[in-house]
Amino acid sequence: MTQLIVNGTSVTVDADEDTPLLWVLRDKLGLTGTKFGCGIAQCGACTVHIDGQAKRSCVMPVGELAGRHVTTIEALASPRQLHVVQQAWLAENVPQCGYCQAGQIMSTVALLAANPAPSDEDIDSALSANLCRCGTYPRIRRAVHRAARALVVRNDARDDARDVER
Amino acid sequence: MNRRRFLISSASSALVVGCALGPTGGRIWRYYHRTGEFQPNAWIRILADDTIIFTLDRVEMGQGTTTSHAALVCEELEALPSKVQIHAAEASRAYDNPDRQLRIQVTGGSTSTRTSWTPLREAGAVAREMLRAGAAATWGVPVGECVAVAGTIRHARSGRVASYGELVRAAAAQDVPKVQLKDPSQFRLVGKSLDRLDARPKIDGTGIYGIDVQLPGLVTAVIVRPPVRGAELARLDDSRARACRGVIDVVRTEDGVAVVADGYWEARTAADQLVVEWRGGAAVDSEALFQAFDRLAGERGHKRARADGDAYRAVRGGLEASYRVPYLAHATMEPQNATAWIRGGRCEIWAPTQTPGIARFRVAEAIGFDLADVAIHTTLLGGGFGRRGLVDYAVEAARLAQRVGRPVKVIWSREDDQENDWYRPMAVARVYGQIGDGTITGWLHRIVSQSIAAEEGGDFAGALVPNATPRALRRMVANGPPRMFARGTLVDTTSVEGAVDLPYAIPHLRVEYTPVETGVPVGFWRSVGHSINAFVTECFFDELASAAGKDPYELRRALLGKHPRHAGVLELAATKAGWGSPLPRGVGRGIAVHESFHSYCAMVIEASVEAARVNVHRVVVAIDCGRAVNPGLVAAQLESAVIFGLSSVLEQQITYKRGRVQETNFHSYRSLRMFECPTIETHLVPSEEPPSGVGEPGVPPVAPALCNAIFAATGLRIRTLPIVPELRRLARGAAS
Repeated sequence: MTQLIVNGTSVTVDADEDTPLLWVLRDKLGLTGTKFGCGIAQCGACTVHIDGQAKRSCVMPVGELAGRHVTTIEALASPRQLHVVQQAWLAENVPQCGYCQAGQIMSTVALLAANPAPSDEDIDSALSANLCRCGTYPRIRRAVHRAARALVVRNDARDDARDVER
Repeated sequence: MNRRRFLISSASSALVVGCALGPTGGRIWRYYHRTGEFQPNAWIRILADDTIIFTLDRVEMGQGTTTSHAALVCEELEALPSKVQIHAAEASRAYDNPDRQLRIQVTGGSTSTRTSWTPLREAGAVAREMLRAGAAATWGVPVGECVAVAGTIRHARSGRVASYGELVRAAAAQDVPKVQLKDPSQFRLVGKSLDRLDARPKIDGTGIYGIDVQLPGLVTAVIVRPPVRGAELARLDDSRARACRGVIDVVRTEDGVAVVADGYWEARTAADQLVVEWRGGAAVDSEALFQAFDRLAGERGHKRARADGDAYRAVRGGLEASYRVPYLAHATMEPQNATAWIRGGRCEIWAPTQTPGIARFRVAEAIGFDLADVAIHTTLLGGGFGRRGLVDYAVEAARLAQRVGRPVKVIWSREDDQENDWYRPMAVARVYGQIGDGTITGWLHRIVSQSIAAEEGGDFAGALVPNATPRALRRMVANGPPRMFARGTLVDTTSVEGAVDLPYAIPHLRVEYTPVETGVPVGFWRSVGHSINAFVTECFFDELASAAGKDPYELRRALLGKHPRHAGVLELAATKAGWGSPLPRGVGRGIAVHESFHSYCAMVIEASVEAARVNVHRVVVAIDCGRAVNPGLVAAQLESAVIFGLSSVLEQQITYKRGRVQETNFHSYRSLRMFECPTIETHLVPSEEPPSGVGEPGVPPVAPALCNAIFAATGLRIRTLPIVPELRRLARGAAS
């Protein structure tokens, strides 16, 4: 039995401690947005956030996650609107088959949190762990830049609002 | 329009209408008026609440049929694509692919837009005309004054407006009319880059792929398969596996040993506890196969696939080269899987499949059901590339559901997927050429390969015959053609495509073919035989051009006089790439042009090599695919094809040693990653020809354009794929 926080809700999971988080999410919690691709952390389709860091859930034993925060693709959008990264994905028509895209998006959100204005090289190094067999890389690159620009605009707006309040 | 595919609807009786006849005469469709729907044909349903449902019969696997096909229907229906609900078609003969070579419900061969172009627009137009006629009858005005606009019928003179939903009953009472399609100058949607309609569920985690299907009481199965093809189970001790947490059953099946459990991880870890010993099997060895293929390629006595002039005499004393390509896996991101539920004498399958038609036939066959008692629900597909034209996963799920008596989802591991694929065939080509007066005078192309039709033909033949065909006869039909292809009695066009139709003006030209059986399962892989033959023809063309002292682009142009569409894309790619302009030191430029799936694609690639590492800098692609229904989707498919193609030619290969596949997961079967992805520029030839293939035609030119670029950069001829190991081998040869 492991207790962890998934998408903001505390859950107790009845599974062997070495069960990968991926299968806890998919089979026990019904969160199928996180995908199984390789099982050996080679493709990134299973990427989730653990305490805000992008991690491969297919090799992450659930027993190590007691008390930690897990975020999956299902919780990225707020009830009112999509996450900026998701919006950028739509604007650039990124997905093809779409199977890898949850992982690509989770990796991107983590990248932008750490580096709000990534260069092409930064994007390459953050996202090369995420495989896409449809070949959406050129569009992903564009979408990451677009999301980064949107975040800058949004942060500027927030700063302006704060200035006004002061 | 094939009017048999439409049904006549009439509001005058409670149980209305329709059985339309499918192409093979079976009863395909029923429309119950009591549902209150207007359903003029197999693709469109309009509900009284204004819901418009479009049934998509060419599966969405990333290539964009959702968006392009909705646009085709909505163009004539005068509806907004974003307001239309799109449902995946169940298995039904109404949805057989109109392509004359297919005639079953299959998405493949880059046929979807080409073969839906007219029927879907007509389907939309029929619905629109019936709605207009219904409005005219209701209002008592001439139908010519009723105009369809964005989901409504309007009558300007009286100011009356009715939504499609309000006209459902009136429209259903109209006869199915003959329709006139819009002049292209009137297109609102066709030719525009509409945003993808399938994107949202793919970015918020809500999209349901096969692997995501949930059912009450669902259990998960993994199958331990023979490590060597054809091996038999010698010993099985499942006592430890059965004792594992969550395990429900261990079942011996035709496919291996299945462990059925509460979830995937429970099943997988229990499977590791099985004690299994296998006996026999085919000790296939790739290197031995290549040597055998090579020997055959050097001999005479092959089947003739094309013969112009006297190629044997013409090539005497000329150039000779041998090319080889390996088996390739599809490596779809979503591993193979399917879910089956058998209850009340019916079997339901949920599967990410390209061929609901074949799935229904093979599942019925496997569990002894009638076709009518098998339903196929197609989910989203996490990649297809031809792999999901096979339905082994669905058959496995059905057999297990029958044995276990509960709904079962079979999930393959990545290793299962890599080791049990239906591979792109390996092949050896021996080519001979002659030059004279600065041109190519003779060409002899000999292909030794494995027949895909021999492997998969039975699936297609068995699914093709009418649904009412008795089971025994259906089985005979399914078993006959494969043998003829295996023996070479029939030439498998997939083995010679792209070689027999070489477009260059060469007076003496011959193509020969010999099929070989190896025991390795082969199948359709994005661009099929073209992926092999374009590599050979377009690389060898460069070899001859070089020997003749000619620029490879100029010589192609000179020999394409009778093929303006080839020449058109070639010139467009060369111009956009700046063919002939200076490049940085060490960078080479290569070109290739190839026709496949009725489209023409040319590519210029800039690449350099450092220490057996290939850097692909820039890829310029030009395509002539007729009228582009959605240019944005065409560009996306070209980017996709370039990246898929580069993955396959740089490092991918499936090799057998002692019967075992060596490349078992993504670490050893490497696909291109983002940091290796070049700049890709796509250009479309404006065209008013009917639309043709887009998903596959971008793949074949990649290998030759890149290998020709490597020659330009280094002077090394790559005649064996994949490139990276071959470069290492060449470097070792040069060093020793």
